[in-house]
Amino acid sequence: MSAARRKTTYREAVRDAIREAMLRDPRVFLMGEDVGRYGGCYAVSKGLLQEFGEERIRDTPLSESGFVGAGIGAALNGMRPIVEVMSVNFSLLALDQIVNNAATIPHMSGGQFAVPLVIRMATGSGRQLAAQHSHSLEGWYAHIPGLKVLAPATLEDARGMLWSALEDPNPVLIFEHVQLYNMEGELDAAAGAVPISGAAIRRPGRDLSIVTYGGSLSKCLAAATALAGEGIEAEVIDLRSLRPLDDATIMASVARTRRVLIVDEGWRSGGISAEISARIVEQAFYELDAPPARLCGVEVPIPYPKHLEDASVPQAESIRAAARALVRPT
Amino acid sequence: MTAKPRLTHNHARRLLGQMMRIRVFEERCAELYTQQKIRGFLHLYIGEEANAVGTMEALTPQDSVVATYRDHGHALARGVAMGPVMAEMYGKAGGTSRGRGGSMHIFDRPARFYGGNAIVGGGLPLAVGLALAEKMAKGSGVAVCLFGEGAVAEGEFHESLNLAALWKLPVLFVCENNLYAMGSAIERTESETDIHLKAASYRIDSRRVDGMDVVAVEAAARGALEHIRGGGGPVFLECMTYRFRAHSMFDAQLYRDKEEIERWKERDPIKRFQTWALSAGLLHDSDVTALSAEAVIEVDAAVAFAEASPWEPLADLEKHVLMDKVPA
Amino acid sequence: MSDFRMPSLGADMEKGTVVEWLKKPGEKIARGDVVAVVETQKGAFEVEIFEDGVLSEILVPVGTEVPVGAVLARIESGEAKPLAKPAPPAPRPAVAPSPTPPPRPSLPSAGERLRLSPAAARRAAELHVDPHSVTGSGQGGAITLADIEAAVARAGRTTGEKGRRGFDPSAMRQAIASAMARSKREIPHYYLSLPIDMSRALQWLAAENARRDVENRLLAGVLLLKATALALKDVPELNGFWIEGGPRLSTGIHVGWAISLRGGGLMAPAIHDADGKSIDQLMAALRDLVVRARTARLRGSEMTDPTVTVTSLGERGAERVYGVIYPPQLAIVGFGAVRPAPAIVDGAVAARPTVYATVSGDHRASDGVSGSRLLAAIDSRLQAPEAL
Repeated sequence: MSAARRKTTYREAVRDAIREAMLRDPRVFLMGEDVGRYGGCYAVSKGLLQEFGEERIRDTPLSESGFVGAGIGAALNGMRPIVEVMSVNFSLLALDQIVNNAATIPHMSGGQFAVPLVIRMATGSGRQLAAQHSHSLEGWYAHIPGLKVLAPATLEDARGMLWSALEDPNPVLIFEHVQLYNMEGELDAAAGAVPISGAAIRRPGRDLSIVTYGGSLSKCLAAATALAGEGIEAEVIDLRSLRPLDDATIMASVARTRRVLIVDEGWRSGGISAEISARIVEQAFYELDAPPARLCGVEVPIPYPKHLEDASVPQAESIRAAARALVRPT
Repeated sequence: MTAKPRLTHNHARRLLGQMMRIRVFEERCAELYTQQKIRGFLHLYIGEEANAVGTMEALTPQDSVVATYRDHGHALARGVAMGPVMAEMYGKAGGTSRGRGGSMHIFDRPARFYGGNAIVGGGLPLAVGLALAEKMAKGSGVAVCLFGEGAVAEGEFHESLNLAALWKLPVLFVCENNLYAMGSAIERTESETDIHLKAASYRIDSRRVDGMDVVAVEAAARGALEHIRGGGGPVFLECMTYRFRAHSMFDAQLYRDKEEIERWKERDPIKRFQTWALSAGLLHDSDVTALSAEAVIEVDAAVAFAEASPWEPLADLEKHVLMDKVPA
Repeated sequence: MSDFRMPSLGADMEKGTVVEWLKKPGEKIARGDVVAVVETQKGAFEVEIFEDGVLSEILVPVGTEVPVGAVLARIESGEAKPLAKPAPPAPRPAVAPSPTPPPRPSLPSAGERLRLSPAAARRAAELHVDPHSVTGSGQGGAITLADIEAAVARAGRTTGEKGRRGFDPSAMRQAIASAMARSKREIPHYYLSLPIDMSRALQWLAAENARRDVENRLLAGVLLLKATALALKDVPELNGFWIEGGPRLSTGIHVGWAISLRGGGLMAPAIHDADGKSIDQLMAALRDLVVRARTARLRGSEMTDPTVTVTSLGERGAERVYGVIYPPQLAIVGFGAVRPAPAIVDGAVAARPTVYATVSGDHRASDGVSGSRLLAAIDSRLQAPEAL
């Protein structure tokens, strides 16, 4: 009955997921900058070149548009590529391919062609990498019909979302928060694929709903634990998928708690938090006891010094304060 | 004209017939556009037919094609049925993409025709990926990518050529150099106007071809495909050509002289090939008359097909945004 | 004969101006000939013809602007090939005459607006509660759903199922729990009691009822109610609310009469201006209230208006009741069962019908002295029943 559990990290969980996919399906290959000899910018693919060879662990030139487009072409022609883009900031160089080709070809061809492609990229701040390596632009991609956008925030999801994404006939973007790679924990030894649709309630609570995803999840859970000490029970929802959004789980939670705080490392203006807030107002207005609240990244390019970087994005303490202000207004 | 292959009567008839049916089709499109049957942008290929016809003549069914927004000629030359292409121009459900793409986005799975791409340069990485898959799966197909010289200024051009050369991928790059990126003459946009040299700098086998000569294009394409199928990596053809009509319908052509257009019209690939084939005894007047009549009949039938085709139901508006499965 | 029309050269072209005719009437034309030059916002275009024939008549002279689709000239066809009829120009949307600007609605000033959460607004509407009487605990004093439910509980109202009038015991229990918990959390109660000799009152009542028919008979409770209402006129500091950190006394004496419901739970709807009503009016009001409370047909104001609550346990009840104040009221007056009790009458012990009157007061608003005065006033009123 008791499944064996083993210690692992988020990085290893992603690597195990890639390895499993490579073993299960010969059409799968990994392609990106420094994924082979270097072992991946964040060491996710370390060792895979030795195991699978250069043909399937494919180092590319610094040509984001070129190799992302090549991934789309390979997917159109029967392969199941995993394309790694080093960071979401770099993915802007491939925006044309992702938005104009991957997201449109199925529709524009009247359903003749599918693009079963997975693009993984690192996102988020916290490593003092300054304003061209630290942004959270996943919300932009969530704007695009034709794409699916995932944000694994737990070891289970890091391990399990990739295979389900590869099995999906649509282009799926997976955003891995840089601060999660070192996250340690225990994972079922038999852990495998997980569904890629639907949000998860990571902590039940009655006084407010905290809606978040990715790198902010652990901060929200820490805040919720602290809030419990003050008598405030926060429900924490991990969105898991930013497109499509799981409206039903969000609305059901808000209907129970009547207050909602959306926590997003991305900027507030025009961000995914704005979309979630709008949907709550549209769908659950009469369940609300207070306006939906948002705690987002400060509207500044992420600065380099640690104290300024930390202050740029939601942290457990600021989440706690925002939640408290929502539940116990003074 | 260099190194012409020996043409048979049937071969010559096919080349002329293909060019004629594209020409008649597009002239009809221009007319239908003024009647508002066709909307959006309509980019006519008239004058450039030899490039598509010569290239496609050399392909096998395993090869795949990536084209641009000026794609009717490519689709028709590749063998996509004319009725569905016309219905696509109409935006009807009988169109190749059920009307969702229109003139600039002809897609056809049986012909391995991967679009009609309206982002200049956007199709090149796709062709590289199609070829990569082909190579990894040890297939025999070549990915043929057609684009205008305007694409050369895009980063995707350089990224794609580098990748294809680096990985020795089976890609045939066909640059249709019609001298104008929309209204911008090549000497106003490129520091090096000898385009094939750019490809050569990526160590790609590269040559310039007379794009107004269908036989020269076919010969170059055959040679290139042989090289590629032999594992020699990508080849780059720069086809020198000219469009006789405006960039798109609503273009007053303020940027070029009428004299220039008239000079190029003297090299009309259809007239030129027809004159040569007649004088060489490969074709007879009766062939030309018959081909001309066949083209009109086929276009009439395509128009009738498009007219009769239904519209996509509004209820299907959001179909095909997300796919349920990968089409087999 | 066919028409040569202003062609559509782009989806954004709506009209054009003929700037030159390149063919004259009577001239032969062939398919592909340029017939005219048309000026558009994108420049001049040569317009070609798609048929063979003779230009028979020019209808639009040079310099004239016409919409797409307008007939420019007529063509006498040579071997006119059948053509799909040109589509008529897209109909222009009819432009409505520009109306006078609509009057600006007069907007209420922000200060007049009640801060009411959407959830609270919906529940208040469902329960027919006037939110203006509810104190908010949310952001900026906004009234929350919990505030509405507490107000309903305070008024002894059910918080039934969404939109359905009726009795929901669990929702009522929840509402009572919420209101009572708040009361005990926030209101420092003091408790006083006084035994009252009911001999005179009951004698008066028996005599009164003896001459009434059954339907119009009076209950003892109505005397207790009237006596309390009149007593509150003497001790106004126990009549009203504790709002925003201070007492807000009420000029009207609206007695919330506690009614226990058969399915469990209780409510205390208001009898408005009880001090000014006659015994008969009060009796009628009580009967009406009990019937309507038990069929859930009370009015919103009856739920929220009580300025004080009276609870009477009746004949089979306990000896004394120390009530819990319904926030934000200031006091609750209780009456136990009327029972024979030993009393000292003229220096001797005698059995007299006795009721224990109690008062629970909000110590923030008043002190025990006030409570004592209230009980004494009730006592003295009950000793003169004919004056009630």
